[in-house]
Amino acid sequence: MTASIEILQPSCTGCGACVSSCPFGAISLVDGTASVSEACTLCGACESSCPFSAILLRRRSVEEAGASGWTGTMVYAEQRDGSVDRSALELLGAASRLSEAEGGPVTAVLLTADGSEGCRTLIRHGAERIYLVEDPALGHYCTEPSARLLLRIIRQAKPAVVLAAATTTGRDLMPRVAKLLDTGLTADCTGLEYDTEKDSLLQTRPAFGGNIMATIICEHTRPQMATVRPRVMKALEADEARQGEIVRVEPLPGELETRARMKEFIPVEEGIADISEARVIVSGGRGMKSPENFALLTEIAGLLGGSVGASRAAVDSGWMPYPHQVGQTGKTVQPGIYLACGISGAVQHRVGMQSSDRIIAVNRDASAPIFGFCDEGFVADIFEILPALAREIRRRRG
Amino acid sequence: MRILVAIKQVPDTAEVRIDPDRGTLVRDGVPSIMNPFDAYALEEGLRWRDALGGEVIAVTMGPPQAEAILREAVSMGVDAAILLSDRAFAGADTWATSHTLAAAVRKLGGVDLVITGKQAIDGDTAQTGPGIAASLNWPQITFVGRVRSLDATAIVAERDVEGGVEVVECPLPVVLTVLKDANVPRMPSLRGKMKARTAEIPRWGRTDLGLEEKDTGLEGSPTRVVRIATPESRPGGTIHTGTAEDLAVKLADILLGEEGKA
Repeated sequence: MTASIEILQPSCTGCGACVSSCPFGAISLVDGTASVSEACTLCGACESSCPFSAILLRRRSVEEAGASGWTGTMVYAEQRDGSVDRSALELLGAASRLSEAEGGPVTAVLLTADGSEGCRTLIRHGAERIYLVEDPALGHYCTEPSARLLLRIIRQAKPAVVLAAATTTGRDLMPRVAKLLDTGLTADCTGLEYDTEKDSLLQTRPAFGGNIMATIICEHTRPQMATVRPRVMKALEADEARQGEIVRVEPLPGELETRARMKEFIPVEEGIADISEARVIVSGGRGMKSPENFALLTEIAGLLGGSVGASRAAVDSGWMPYPHQVGQTGKTVQPGIYLACGISGAVQHRVGMQSSDRIIAVNRDASAPIFGFCDEGFVADIFEILPALAREIRRRRG
Repeated sequence: MRILVAIKQVPDTAEVRIDPDRGTLVRDGVPSIMNPFDAYALEEGLRWRDALGGEVIAVTMGPPQAEAILREAVSMGVDAAILLSDRAFAGADTWATSHTLAAAVRKLGGVDLVITGKQAIDGDTAQTGPGIAASLNWPQITFVGRVRSLDATAIVAERDVEGGVEVVECPLPVVLTVLKDANVPRMPSLRGKMKARTAEIPRWGRTDLGLEEKDTGLEGSPTRVVRIATPESRPGGTIHTGTAEDLAVKLADILLGEEGKA
């Protein structure tokens, strides 16, 4: 990635405009002129800030890097229980919007045991071409065969952009493929835009525990790869009139072989619905005081058809098992309703649930940080309001 | 059994603040810590070494001060620690980081198992583990909640995925990324702490690893951050106070109203 930054000495007046423009604190004034440290990421923010055009950024062009000729947006269509996962339809929606700016086709890759239904679903939701690999061995996701097949399809189809969901599957598969393609991958994006002028995908994602939003580009190598957070992008309405082409790809000898082999799949227990999928989450924190009190939350979650979440404090105290933990070191959730009970709202928790459609907080402490970012706050003793709430819901349901 | 655990020094993201005027990160005074997930990676390595014999080697890529987390790893009981540090490594994204760590695995030789934490809390990418596996052409088992068994030739581990648990069997060598579920990390022992103070920590640079400049650090990183911004803050909502009974009625209105719409 040959690129460099140079301060043109005769032009630099040491005015310091670039120093304050640098997002990374990489420029300082040394002996009256600007000096760039190794913290520089060559982002170019300083280039336009200089009133004297004394900063010269050299970037290798896509043509020089041999990255021209790649076009279109490809979606890796994840399947779950033999059906195309909803996340794939969201990605097709995002791909359709990107293709308006990028210009290339919207394609999908489906690796499956039986693709007839899946192909129909993908076409209805905007896939113009589907690369389909059908084999009984592809009934359940497996890293090595999926990586080999996706790698070969990408090399042949040459898409400008490849998207997958930021699920355990997408986050297992994409880094392996991106490394082998010697290209960039941006994790867990929440925003995608195509900059036609720079011919670059602008990939926006939370970083530093959600404290900042970083926009990342992959300038010189193709494809530009991203995993995208589920439930952020909007799927297109299904349309029976859409047409799509199916390109069958036959696995090559050895391509389906794997060293890591799944022996067994244990579905999550009944009643402990996976919180990352839940539409309603009733979550408890330190304020719940004991594991027994989580029964209150389970009861309310049951009445609302939701799942039970927990803060790190509650999990570390052993009140709830780790799969229920919401937050930076737990899961990121985006339910329709997040009911936070006895949770103060520390940054680590907030980053795991702030994308919920509606956040409702119940806390005895009116100064708890959670009241600063919830939609509805109830200053109350959880041990009084929750039993009353359960009674009220039952009463209305008759 | 030779186990390599790759760890990372990160800013304590709970302490990171944004300069509201410039929209930049204020790093001053933010403590650097060992990535919390890495303690589970270290413990997983240590407990299998304790059971099977062999050694655990902690490796980090970072600036010279990243040595601090290697000493912490020594105090927990690792047998050796190596610092990958070179000006040429600065500015690495996950491609260049995994490329560099994989080179260390090759240089050490005879490694049966590489373990990393699920992800680091500064970038939250979870990409370095699979990147190492790809570089080495090893299999990978990511998001491991429990290692069921390990012997000289094979491993059985549970992956926590959407909707359930995959039980995966794999011959060695393999790269694992572990979740907090996997174990309870041990506290440093007094003897470990003493050992940590004096432990020799070799420092390997780019040429030691036989890497080209174009494949490390900023030069070797396909991605580039072009903008950082403060996330749109969620405005505070309506705050309700009153008796528990009244509040419960209001809360039910909100909960059931929303439910009715869906």
